[in-house]
Amino acid sequence: MTAAPTLPVGTWLRVFVRLFAVQGSYNYETMIGNGIAFAAEPAFRLLPGGRDGAAYHAAMARHSRYFNAHPYLAALAVGALVRAELDGEAVERVERFRTACCGPLGAAGDRLVWAGWLPFCSALALLAYGLGASAAGVLVTFVGTYNVAHVALRAWGLRAGYREGLKVAVALGSPVLRTGPLHVARALAVVAGAALPLVLLRVRAAHPMSIGVELGLAALLAMALARWQARTDGWRVGVVLLLLFFIYSVVR
Amino acid sequence: MMEPGTLLMLTALGAIVGLDFVSFPQAMLSRPLVAATLAGAVCGNTAAGLLAGVLLECFALETMPFGASRYPEWGPASVAAGAVAAVPGADLDTTARMLPFAVLAALAGSMIGGQTLVWLRQFNLSVAARYRDELAAGDASAVRSVQWTGLVIDFGRAGAVTAIFVLALVPAREALLGGLNAVSGPLSLAVAGVLAVGVGGSAVWKVVRSVKGYRWYLAAGLAAGSAAAVLL
Repeated sequence: MTAAPTLPVGTWLRVFVRLFAVQGSYNYETMIGNGIAFAAEPAFRLLPGGRDGAAYHAAMARHSRYFNAHPYLAALAVGALVRAELDGEAVERVERFRTACCGPLGAAGDRLVWAGWLPFCSALALLAYGLGASAAGVLVTFVGTYNVAHVALRAWGLRAGYREGLKVAVALGSPVLRTGPLHVARALAVVAGAALPLVLLRVRAAHPMSIGVELGLAALLAMALARWQARTDGWRVGVVLLLLFFIYSVVR
Repeated sequence: MMEPGTLLMLTALGAIVGLDFVSFPQAMLSRPLVAATLAGAVCGNTAAGLLAGVLLECFALETMPFGASRYPEWGPASVAAGAVAAVPGADLDTTARMLPFAVLAALAGSMIGGQTLVWLRQFNLSVAARYRDELAAGDASAVRSVQWTGLVIDFGRAGAVTAIFVLALVPAREALLGGLNAVSGPLSLAVAGVLAVGVGGSAVWKVVRSVKGYRWYLAAGLAAGSAAAVLL
């Protein structure tokens, strides 16, 4: 494969910033398709004929159709699609790629971000709270830690996608995507294991007398919810129990 | 009564965190920990907002925004919860007694917020359908119109949902303040804390249970947390 043509810095920045709004018109038919065209549009202006050219309009029409992926890893697809269009790849290949990469990009992003990095950062912030951090400290821990990886993942995705073009499957084999979720899940187990009891301890700081009983009850509830997880969501059970307590506290 | 300036700031905060959730920029400002704490700060009681945010964050650990599935929208509901928890001039006991109501209201509100997201997606689809021919012709201005309409409507939706929640819940809090005297603050904190930590614990278990030896990692965390609790 030939080296990727260099994109102007301004074009990179426009595409990168627009990637953060890739889900801006999310709907049940084209999903994030319109967002993909919206994000890639600044780069398509470099196609032969510019904004008035047939290639530009054809690319915009192609990429505003159905597309779905994890929003952060959509950057990988946008980078690859921009490269493919600028390289003048055959339309059939581009269409095949669009169809083929939806599933893997969705699954990889869900595992790495929604089921890994996000709960890990939540647990880390809860740990900071449990250890006595101020409100500002807790927020900076959460928002800062989360977004360092969030922004880096989008930037990496755009660069890797553009570098590899339609051979972006190579990037999907990156250690970050392949083994990252496993390492994050291990870290989540350790951090959450430490955080949750400390949270309860700090919440009850003014009245710590029965904390042992409460920790035991929380552990029992967690085990029961884990056992029933196929039948119901834990938070729905929480709502019902909280509602019962609220009714009791009002009518008593 | 809430001052109009405070209501306006809470509405703006709700609009920002609501937009953040799906549309732009997904920086997780919409998480309860952030939204409720900031709402508490707006209402002059950051500590109460943080407490509500921490409890809600434990619940939110179980609901991650996977794909097109229906999930609760935490941002506007958490802003309202932070505002409800931040009772002006209240002592710790009053805040504690109000917490179960704030958390419960946010949990219910998050489901309502999630439903409004479904309506937003249906609306976005109708906008895209209106531009179908232009989009098929590769008209960039149609792409921009569809995208910007979605963003602006989402911003307005989240602000409106937040304002409605705050306008409904803050007067309800005022009405409840006297009526919750029968239950002590410590008991309210204990119930809310146990439920939140229990739900959060089961959520973590669901995520990590496929990892080989996950029990050991959890145990190591528990040991470290226990040691910290004793030492601090």
